[in-house]
Amino acid sequence: MKKNGGKESLDKRDEDKVTHENPWQKLKTFTSARIALGRAGTSIPTKQMLSFQLDHARAIDAVHSALDIPTLLTNFRDSTIISRRISGKPMAVNSRALDRFDYLQRPDKGRQLSESSWETLRNFCSETETTFDLVIVVADGLSATAVRRHAQPVIEGLLTLLSEDEVSWSVAPIIVVSQGRVAVGDDVAECLNASLVVTLLGERPGLSSPDSMGMYLTWGAQRGARDSSRNCISNIRPQGLNYPEACQKAFYLMREARRRKLTGVNLKDRSSTLDSDVTLNHSNGSSFLVAAPNYTQEK
Amino acid sequence: MTARFKRQQGTKIYHFSSLADLMAKATPERSGDQLAGVAASSAEERIVAQMTLADLPLSTFLNEVVIPYEMDEITRLIIDSHDKLAFAPISHLTVGDFRNWLLSDVVTPSTLASIRHGLTPEMVAAVSKIMRNQDLILVAQKCHVKSAFRNTIGLPGRLSTRLQPNHPTDSENGIAATIFDGLMYGNGDAVIGINPATDNVPQAVRLLKLMDDVINHYEIPTQSCVLTHVTNTIEAIELGAPVDLVFQSIGGTQGTNDTFGVNLSILQEAFDAAQSLKRGTVGNNAMYFETGQGTALSADAFHGVDQQTCEARAYAVARKFNPLLVNTVVGFIGPEYLFDGKQIIRAGLEDHFCAKLLGLPMGCDICYTNHAYADQNDMDNLLTLLGTAGCSFIMGIPGSDDIMLNYQTTSFHDALYARKVLGLKPAPEFEQWLTKMQIFDSVDEVRLSNSNRSPLVHSLAHLG
Repeated sequence: MKKNGGKESLDKRDEDKVTHENPWQKLKTFTSARIALGRAGTSIPTKQMLSFQLDHARAIDAVHSALDIPTLLTNFRDSTIISRRISGKPMAVNSRALDRFDYLQRPDKGRQLSESSWETLRNFCSETETTFDLVIVVADGLSATAVRRHAQPVIEGLLTLLSEDEVSWSVAPIIVVSQGRVAVGDDVAECLNASLVVTLLGERPGLSSPDSMGMYLTWGAQRGARDSSRNCISNIRPQGLNYPEACQKAFYLMREARRRKLTGVNLKDRSSTLDSDVTLNHSNGSSFLVAAPNYTQEK
Repeated sequence: MTARFKRQQGTKIYHFSSLADLMAKATPERSGDQLAGVAASSAEERIVAQMTLADLPLSTFLNEVVIPYEMDEITRLIIDSHDKLAFAPISHLTVGDFRNWLLSDVVTPSTLASIRHGLTPEMVAAVSKIMRNQDLILVAQKCHVKSAFRNTIGLPGRLSTRLQPNHPTDSENGIAATIFDGLMYGNGDAVIGINPATDNVPQAVRLLKLMDDVINHYEIPTQSCVLTHVTNTIEAIELGAPVDLVFQSIGGTQGTNDTFGVNLSILQEAFDAAQSLKRGTVGNNAMYFETGQGTALSADAFHGVDQQTCEARAYAVARKFNPLLVNTVVGFIGPEYLFDGKQIIRAGLEDHFCAKLLGLPMGCDICYTNHAYADQNDMDNLLTLLGTAGCSFIMGIPGSDDIMLNYQTTSFHDALYARKVLGLKPAPEFEQWLTKMQIFDSVDEVRLSNSNRSPLVHSLAHLG
């Protein structure tokens, strides 16, 4: 029986017995993994448990939040960089998935334009009687949050780079697709007679990255294009692959795609100076855990 | 069109065009079968299919295959390796009788061990479809499957963990920090297994060396694994790397394995290479396989067969190579295959049951992604159920958050929860080590030491 049962919280000494901090907090400098959480008994303490729940809640919200299409279209129209480079007004269409529930259960529906959207884009194309070098497609994917935050700055960055290219690019109006997966860009490219489609969409949110955006490039895309015919640039967000780097990578791949008339496994990204094996090349394969003498000899 | 099976229910006659069709329609509801277009179209049709399946003699599965023998090497493996002698005691049973038999008091762990090789994956999948969750748990608990390398996995009353120290750039100290954290929470007896961020041979060799050094330095009775493609591991072995376990993801159809870049002969080559190393001390089960419902559909190689039956067929592949560990990565694949917590939990119990009945050392990656309708509470439920069912091992990662693969699985703390409420312990060799290293005051009572006197903690002193 506690003497001070009327008190709201445990005094300091009781708290020490209840929860235990781990004395290896400094290892957190090596990894963003949730190490050294401490424990209440052998369970995760309240603060750390709720901090996880908050991150999960944010990821869930990212998956389920609807893309605010009117605002996105207005922002695209109001952007001087975009309106200078693309003459046509941005358009909103939708996939065959009716809502998020349908989208999550039926990946096949998210990969195709709805019949009415297909008609809309076909009609637009026959009215203008043009073909395009490029169409940029924006789809919510699995994180509308990602698209809301990163689509516009990345498009502006890309268009700026394209305007500096030695060859000129005819760019179709930006197409915003709700409930869209990567392959919906193939339908758009087919409808608009675009040689290259660049699709920006929200990636599956991680606990620490609810707003990762992916960018997919497909040459000569039409309905049923194979995934091996695409190039992908992933984890676009300020804390991941930042905008300038993402745009540089995309610009390199777009020029190469146009020159060689292909994308996919045969088009390698050689734009980067940062080799992905950087940790491999600069390490000796050992860790702090074995820097100490063998523990048996220590005794 | 003539239907292979017919059943009258009231005034309505239900038709099932083939054995695969009957099994698919008898499967408890899940999004992957609906996506594939093989699921029952009504709740009643599902139960009528289950009733029809219950009346089917087990011997049907020896005469009728779901994927043609000529087309699929896994069908050939299943039929050619069937043990008629082991099957004899149950050869007269229907699927429905078989459920009763499994649940009955006359059937003991040794009875179940004696019929293993008389069972095909399709028989096991069929009976699982007419079993409730509690049936799957009760029978799985009676299946004792032991495997060993530097410690012993799967003994009754034990629950092991794979310490999964993934890091987004494979940083050595980042990985070591998580290994340290996991060991200090008593995790890592099934394996210390890394999913590499950079997936190539030199990286695998480097990570293998890192783990081997730690295991040797602290004399940990466990094994390591880099979860890279089997051909990379074969190369690493040729380079002299310290390979303990050889890993591969596998599926239940030849076409699925094609998309993984493997077949039975490549796996045989890997198995032979692993056996030749003889690095195990208490046993030589040297393979580690991962599976999961939905992979065959995802590879568009499912032949109209439901995802759970395809999954069970993968266990025939695993069984051929006497693995130390097999686990289903049950919630990783996403909501288009297993929609929510309810479907993930059911699938986890089915996979564990089917694999155990076939004689595999089965564990489970109790997990979900952020676009599935599931959360930590669903994982707590599945963990508690699988712990009760005698699951061989689960994953252990810091705070449930895999920062490399971007999904959530069981934490180091979760394993201790399960051990505490269910009275389970880690592998006996590892248990001794945890006591010797003063990590636990009492492994029996799942009481961690507060003293920080463990020799492991000494490694921190060098960090300044």
